[in-house]
Amino acid sequence: MATNPMKIRATNKDGVTEVKVLVSHEMETGQRKDASGAIVPAWFITELTAKHNDRLVLAGELGTAVSKNPYLAFRFKGGAKGDKISVSWKDNKGESRTDEAAIA
Amino acid sequence: MNKQRRNVLKTCSGAALMSLLAAAGIIAPGIALAEWNKAAFDAKSMADTLKALGAGTPADSKDVQVTGPDIAENGAVVPVGVSSTLPNVTMVAILIEKNPNALAASFTLPEGTEANVQTRVKMGQTSNVYALVKSDGKFFMATKEIKVTLGGCGG
Repeated sequence: MATNPMKIRATNKDGVTEVKVLVSHEMETGQRKDASGAIVPAWFITELTAKHNDRLVLAGELGTAVSKNPYLAFRFKGGAKGDKISVSWKDNKGESRTDEAAIA
Repeated sequence: MNKQRRNVLKTCSGAALMSLLAAAGIIAPGIALAEWNKAAFDAKSMADTLKALGAGTPADSKDVQVTGPDIAENGAVVPVGVSSTLPNVTMVAILIEKNPNALAASFTLPEGTEANVQTRVKMGQTSNVYALVKSDGKFFMATKEIKVTLGGCGG
């Protein structure tokens, strides 16, 4: 199944890097029913990690209560313009994706 | 899609095997380290969730803040943030009391990452939203009620 790229924006200000991530994912809860009354199976991101160069800066575990196309923002100390930020996620179907961006 | 890889992931739950796979570069190392806490995400009530997270009964703290709207028009997309001024925060979690499963998300923060995380969550109905923070090995909590005019679960 094809996955769509994440939008990652990282900006450094006064030694603190703020990272904003917009992931493209259905985040189906498994509680919704379709038109015929059958339950739509759960399909959601379970794990998400962010790295600055190769150093882990955030490890998240998500549940079904996170909105469709999850948005995430966090800040860490350090980082410089041009450094690499990579974000990876994995969903409950075993699908995964990694995208990269440079700190602006 | 690589079927074989899926089967491998499904059948091996041992951490050792996972790290072997990570070392071999089959799966991203960062992801292999974090093992999704199924018990915590499956827990229905606040108390069960806190137990599954190993948090016991967290103390209320003024140094933990939940940010979010007072009234959310659309329960499917409620911006919620957790921030804290406590030292050495290693974990933050967002819990929504009246959702089918209380735990929405938890984040592990390595050293250098600030205790300031924002995301968007779904809320089935008006509920208290809890921010759980682990600082110096102790758990602290803060609450904010968010009123929902249109639920985000169902439809």
